[in-house]
Amino acid sequence: MNGKINKATRHTSQNEGLIFEKSSPGKRAFELPPLDVPAANAAVELGKHHRQEGVTGFPEVSEIEVVRHFTRLSTWNYAIDLGMYPLGSCTMKYNPRVNEFVARLDGIASEHPYQPDELSQGCLKILQLLEKCLLEITGMDAITLQPAAGAQGELTGLLLIRAYLERQGNPRKKVLIPDSAHGTNPATAVIAGYQVENIKSESHGQIDVEKLRELVTEDVAALMITNPSTLGIFEERIPEIAEILHAKGALLYMDGANMNALTGITRPGDLGVDVMHLNLHKTFSTPHGGGGPGAGPVAMKKILEPFKPVPVLVERADGKLALDSQRKDSIGKVRAFTGNFGVLVRALAYILAYGPGVRQATEDAVLNANYIRKGLEGVYDLPYSLPSLHEVVFSDAIQKRNGVNTMDIAKRLIDYGFHPYTTAFPLIVPGALMIEPTESESKEECDLFIEAMKSIAQEAAQTPEVVKNAPHTTRVRRLDEVGAARKPILRWTQSSATKAAG
Amino acid sequence: MRYLPKSPAERQEMLSALGAKSINELFECIPERYRLREALKLPGPLSEAEVISYFQDRAKENSFGYTSFLGAGVYNHLRSVITDTILLRGEFLTSYTPYQAEITQGTLQAIFEFQTLMCQLTGQEVANASMYDGSTATTEAVLMAERLTGRRRVLVAKSLHPEYRDVLKTYAKNSGLVVEEIPYGANGTVDSKFLHSTLKNDVAAVVIQSPNFFGVIEDVAADADAVHAAGALLVVAIAEGVSLGALRPPAEGDIVAMEGQSFGLAPSYGGPFVGVVASRDKFVRQMPGRLAGQTTDTEGRRGFVLTLATREQHIRREKATSNICTNQALCALAATVHLTLLGKEGLREMAHQNLSKARFALSELERIPGVKRKFDAPFFNEFTIELPRSARIVNAELLKEKIVGPLSLGSLYPELTKTALVCVTETTARAEIERFAAALRRALEKPL
Repeated sequence: MNGKINKATRHTSQNEGLIFEKSSPGKRAFELPPLDVPAANAAVELGKHHRQEGVTGFPEVSEIEVVRHFTRLSTWNYAIDLGMYPLGSCTMKYNPRVNEFVARLDGIASEHPYQPDELSQGCLKILQLLEKCLLEITGMDAITLQPAAGAQGELTGLLLIRAYLERQGNPRKKVLIPDSAHGTNPATAVIAGYQVENIKSESHGQIDVEKLRELVTEDVAALMITNPSTLGIFEERIPEIAEILHAKGALLYMDGANMNALTGITRPGDLGVDVMHLNLHKTFSTPHGGGGPGAGPVAMKKILEPFKPVPVLVERADGKLALDSQRKDSIGKVRAFTGNFGVLVRALAYILAYGPGVRQATEDAVLNANYIRKGLEGVYDLPYSLPSLHEVVFSDAIQKRNGVNTMDIAKRLIDYGFHPYTTAFPLIVPGALMIEPTESESKEECDLFIEAMKSIAQEAAQTPEVVKNAPHTTRVRRLDEVGAARKPILRWTQSSATKAAG
Repeated sequence: MRYLPKSPAERQEMLSALGAKSINELFECIPERYRLREALKLPGPLSEAEVISYFQDRAKENSFGYTSFLGAGVYNHLRSVITDTILLRGEFLTSYTPYQAEITQGTLQAIFEFQTLMCQLTGQEVANASMYDGSTATTEAVLMAERLTGRRRVLVAKSLHPEYRDVLKTYAKNSGLVVEEIPYGANGTVDSKFLHSTLKNDVAAVVIQSPNFFGVIEDVAADADAVHAAGALLVVAIAEGVSLGALRPPAEGDIVAMEGQSFGLAPSYGGPFVGVVASRDKFVRQMPGRLAGQTTDTEGRRGFVLTLATREQHIRREKATSNICTNQALCALAATVHLTLLGKEGLREMAHQNLSKARFALSELERIPGVKRKFDAPFFNEFTIELPRSARIVNAELLKEKIVGPLSLGSLYPELTKTALVCVTETTARAEIERFAAALRRALEKPL
């Protein structure tokens, strides 16, 4: 340890086995109220379908053991509540607690999706207000809140495009995707029935517009663009890109993963985008929860509206809201019921807290990214020098000379009390360090981060082994990922328990 | 703004460090004519107290004070306050997908426990870290079966949840899959004669649900024999997970697609819930979604990592097994905490209470002239009743007595307009069941 670590200190952390290893017959953590009707004879009622015993292997533990078990596990996690989480493209911002409170209100959390619309006016008003807010933010004409996450939003968007083109007589064959795109883009295009054609970025990291002009033929259904790109750079020729596509009858899809750079500053709808998704678990602060749930609303131009997934929220003549499933041109449903409603509630609570002041959040996010860029320029290699918006991408080119790569630097950052940035993405930057601080970080936290990154750069030059073997302070060291994939152990059994005893 | 940690002086100091005079300079990369000159027209800003009042006002416009007999894929079950206590710990709530294993062992071990619980429940050998919900899990299971068999024809029980069928059709449309429906027989289960006649060696998967949408339990073992004889895979969807506390696990199925909402998640007007895909070890490389696996660190200690990622979109891009990235991790944690609390005995007892209450409700309803059970196969906590008049009209009457009546099946199954799906769980008090029966009797006695 030769770096000066100002943010983090080691502390004890409890050991805790798997819950199955604590189980002992006869213990229980939950009691039901007594049955107030005659008890059924399950064996008679269910016959051969009856499960005689309880579920084999299910834990039998007491309430205190459950609380301690999960509390102990929680202390092994890093979280936004503990500090900066500069994962590029993930927009790990503060998750306001009032959003959790309102999503759990009786009358919100308790509502059944099949209850009559007349008893759901509160839920429907929430959906309507969120739709209006997101349309104002994106500058689009219509929206669906149904998709459960960004990837499902992408699929919905491409299915809308496909339905629209089919209506014109030809769904077309290809979707163009820049090489800097998220992996979900190409994976989604395939499910929508399209071939993927990758477009190389030009030397400044932007879409090669001249090349695009050649590639856009009558076979192309759409271009999927991320703006700002995964380099944090605004595609300044996007209106022209839209024109090129439209001239050939193709449409422009925008991956809105990076909307935290644009909210309140500019609107995709004004830039020529035809359809886009938003990640409410990024830009609109709904908690990531260790990997979800999210929500991926899809906003679109008028021409795509007839194809929206059902049910569609409508306002009746008497002013009452209703869900309408009778839409002959709809692409159908992408998810059961009305989407991840509880996530939508949280996003609306976030928007209401800011109001028009949401622009300040965008400004602070961009200020933080540029401040970090300035602080680390020269210390780390900056492969693309165009102005950064909400995130900045460095490479490990300087540290590589001493055999230290982006993953090593990321792991060493853990010892300094930070979550790592995104490593090795976007793919167009070899050894990428992709840093997105968001607006939630104070100047002090940004300064600590810059200081830590500088200190690690110094270590990489002077004592590279310290960086290469990091992290040194975590409860487990680097884990054997190759071994995990070669002989997968994906569930607990008595035998996997014995193996782990050592 | 209370969420933003900078004073005006600090903003100025940071701008100075950049050599910028104003924040607008940082946005000059966006062509000027596209930059907004006015503030967005959004409601707010609201203080915390105002945010709470807004949502409390909306809550009052919903079904407060009504008793509901709706199920149909979304169930009301007891939930312990401990589940939310754990979920609200910032270390779980505000953590990202556990790609950095050294500082996310909490999430990773919890996922590993979730996968284990799902295997124990379903009798399968491997379960993933979660899907969006039961409908998309079912769809992904079918796409998995297509990859495993190389076949394109899919037979789907008409008694599979109508919304699950709808989602499957949306996804299948451009994947070259041909989806055909299998009718239900007189007792409400899959028409096995029809199934046998249409099962050929071009079928990738047969999809059934148990208990099915009508609440009745399918003969999974018998169906599996027929399906396997044709070289196809059996996908078993489960919408009501609590049933597995009383029912034999669908171990004969090749892929189980489950909705886990019943495990500690509120109805929440339809989501967020948690889907699961579980299957056999030999099929693991065709599974969609994330998987947590056990391994060791450089010092030999047990630890957990996300594994077999070469199936996933961030590695495999257009060749991935699914496009799913963000899943429902926190909902999976809720299910893990909830099932750990219930434990072996708690789940068994909860299932048994559902079984008992549903039977009590049926016996109360069957005493009303003209009301009879529609399908006679064994059921769990939902059953279908036939009424002497349209279920929609009856439900309108029940609403007047603050009862959200059973789901009218007419709009989903045109042949079943006088039929309704009743759901009763351990949360439905006996007095409410009796009140419902009395109200239904009055509604049916009313002249049309």
